[in-house]
Amino acid sequence: MIELTERPIDSQEVLSRVSSTQAGAVVLFLGTTREFTRGRQTLSLNYECYAEMAEKKLAELDATAHERWPLVATAIVHRVGHLGLGEASVAIAVSSAHREDAFEAGKWLIDTLKEVVPIWKQENWADGATEWVHPGIEPSPTKPPNEKAE
Amino acid sequence: MNVEVKLFAVAKQLSGTESISVELPADATVEELREAISEQHAELRDITARAMIAINAEYVNNKASVPADSEIALIPPVSGG
Repeated sequence: MIELTERPIDSQEVLSRVSSTQAGAVVLFLGTTREFTRGRQTLSLNYECYAEMAEKKLAELDATAHERWPLVATAIVHRVGHLGLGEASVAIAVSSAHREDAFEAGKWLIDTLKEVVPIWKQENWADGATEWVHPGIEPSPTKPPNEKAE
Repeated sequence: MNVEVKLFAVAKQLSGTESISVELPADATVEELREAISEQHAELRDITARAMIAINAEYVNNKASVPADSEIALIPPVSGG
């Protein structure tokens, strides 16, 4: 199953969606909002998505994972909107009969999600700047950093 | 023909709007769409060169055609996860 949600991600609920007596392994990946990036402090983040396409891409990834590995169940949940530090922005749970398949599929799902699913992160930095994150592109601050006191 | 292009993240920030209108010749390609966006919306020139284009929620290459009445989006490099 896949889901985009504005509500906090409940990891136990995500796990419950893949639990099965057919499974001998359950792998859960949580992507969480980090306070420091290369020494710069984050206060909070915003995630935006192109919902129609993001849901379509997530469903394609989910289907491809089931084709490539013998999985019992998968659950992919991505949060959008405003997130505080330490909150989960994404949860991927995979269950399979044997652990190798769950680990490999879970890693492939998060790696591929980060490459192709149209979701974007905006950093609200402690220095006052707000910037969209676009890998490979220098940021264009919405707001510049606060001027340092003399 | 006239098409609407959905904008996200920094593209939306730079334009100050969620979608732009672009005038295109009939049977235009995605490459021509990119040129038209850059000419008609100069603030998006740099990000358009680095972005993907999606038509009807699917990534397309520069040689693809832009059908009338399709849903078009400019997709800057993604940063989900």
